Amino acid sequence: MKFIRKIFDNAKPNFDKGGKWEKLYFVFEAFETFFFVPDHTTKETGVQIKDAIDMKRLMNTVIVAMLPCLLFGMWNVGHQHFLAIGQEADLWGKFIFGAIQVVPIVIVSYAAGLGTEFVFTTIRRHPVNEGYLVTGMLIPLVVPATLPLWQVAMAAIFSVVIAKEAFGGTGMNILNVALTARAFLYFAYPMQISGEVWTVLPEDKTEIVAGYSGATPLAIAAESSSLASTARKNTVELFNKKTDDPSAKNEALYTAASNESAKLNNTHLVLDNLNGHWGAKMYQFNKMFFGFLPGSIGETSVLMCLIGAMILIFTGVGSWKIIVSTFVGAYAMGYLFNLFGANEYMYIPAHYHLVMGGLAFGAVFMATDPVTAAQTETGKWIYGLLIGMLTVVIRVLNPAYPEGIMLAILLMNVFAPLIDFYVVSANKKRRLQRATV
Amino acid sequence: MGELFSLGIRSIFIENMIFAYFLGMCSFLAVSKKVSTAIGLGVAVIFVLTITAPLDWLIQEYVLKQGALVWIDPAFADVDLEFLQFIMFIAVIASMVQLVEMIIEKVSPALYGTLGIFLPLIAVNCAILGASLFMVQRSYTLPEATVFGFSSGIGWLLAIVALAAIREKLRYSNVPDGLKGLGITMLITGLMGLAFKSFIGIAI
Repeated sequence: MKFIRKIFDNAKPNFDKGGKWEKLYFVFEAFETFFFVPDHTTKETGVQIKDAIDMKRLMNTVIVAMLPCLLFGMWNVGHQHFLAIGQEADLWGKFIFGAIQVVPIVIVSYAAGLGTEFVFTTIRRHPVNEGYLVTGMLIPLVVPATLPLWQVAMAAIFSVVIAKEAFGGTGMNILNVALTARAFLYFAYPMQISGEVWTVLPEDKTEIVAGYSGATPLAIAAESSSLASTARKNTVELFNKKTDDPSAKNEALYTAASNESAKLNNTHLVLDNLNGHWGAKMYQFNKMFFGFLPGSIGETSVLMCLIGAMILIFTGVGSWKIIVSTFVGAYAMGYLFNLFGANEYMYIPAHYHLVMGGLAFGAVFMATDPVTAAQTETGKWIYGLLIGMLTVVIRVLNPAYPEGIMLAILLMNVFAPLIDFYVVSANKKRRLQRATV
Repeated sequence: MGELFSLGIRSIFIENMIFAYFLGMCSFLAVSKKVSTAIGLGVAVIFVLTITAPLDWLIQEYVLKQGALVWIDPAFADVDLEFLQFIMFIAVIASMVQLVEMIIEKVSPALYGTLGIFLPLIAVNCAILGASLFMVQRSYTLPEATVFGFSSGIGWLLAIVALAAIREKLRYSNVPDGLKGLGITMLITGLMGLAFKSFIGIAI
């Protein structure tokens, strides 16, 4: 430790006022505070708040909360890979394979994002904030392990510049920075982040087991629903043909049509398709809860997200109101859709929505972002509920985006200030009524 | 009834005037500094849109369209006044705006003061003329046109109020000098558009 301290002490004069690299002072400071506890104290005059929690500790808590997701994600990347090529591997074999895929993404994300931050701090003369430590970890967790590294770098730079530094840095952004990075990737390079990109596959396609499919449960659900609706359309067409074409083919057409419709009168279509996936029983409820399925690196395991949620709630860093209300909102919307299902996707049991895709990860780590979420306590309930409901609405009704949580959170980020505005003005009104002057 | 409802939802969220067509941007960017003012302008836009869309529909159907004038005399079956469309629509919009202006001045002089020049400028708000032209292009019926006008207005109100709330919060941000004011507002609009993409593609 003394050795590192010495390096910093020797280098310090160069970065102080009048030094050789005076302009780079904040870069130096960032590294120093990364290694050592800063010795700044509050000025003696003015209001004093004595609390051990500062931004550094806050952000570190979030990173600790994300570690279960990251470690499980590394293992799962390996697990999915060996599953796809039909080989057996032990725990460490899978973990190390996954780590080789995931660690470079994490490094690139940190390097690109922090590099951008350093440029901004040098030009704009403000200290580097710890905010990016969390963002830099979130970005790898919400992308597939197969994503090219240059795209990771692009996304990190884009989100830091446009979503954060343009607004003045940590604590002033409107949209969640990591989600902006993902949305950027989603709209700029859709090929690399949708479809069957979730499993790391060998170059040689012959090694892949027969019947392999890397589709996520959300994609399967969306697809089977749209297949059913095309089939329904075909049935109607067949029936119409039957009525205005009294030819000999009539009987065959009619049988075909009734076969089609018999297939459709199955409200469990999506569930059947999930269960009929190549990896037998891979998409059962409990498997999806534990997370043994393809998906973004950190999002697959609901269990790990819940462990993270426990850490966040216990330390008071994340708001339990937002987490709970997001889950409640998603369940309620799923249940509502169950009641009046218009397509097959709507019939999927509501609790499936809670374990499919990134809902849990988004609810725990993205929605609770204290900067972009609603700030008022009532507002947090509304904010979370709307995120949950919108997620299910987008999943079920919008065939373009199988994953709803990303855009749902971004949309509610946009409306969070408005929610706060109305909660505050309602409070004012209530208090004014009590006032007796 | 169900169709009208889905048309309404569609024009509020999916085909939002601001985020899907980028119409009515000038007042969207300029009058979004405070939530209360934004609501005022938004309500005015809703009012004007709800009245002009059906009015323009009637004009289109009974005056402008080819053969629209047969209700006066069958000899007019060949008359096609479509070339007067723009000027007629704008005249209707302008007179409606005049009406709104008079009402607001009477009811809420404070709002009248804050809206300032942007109130008469609703007359040239592209969202309003846009709604009338879309209505013709998509051959809506009269009830559809009314619902379309009303809910487009709500979508516009939602967008401008959300932007205003963000800009109120942004007062505490440390925006770089070059981006202050309109620059950052444009950026926010872009990011809001990104978030609103969640609706594009929903089929109701």
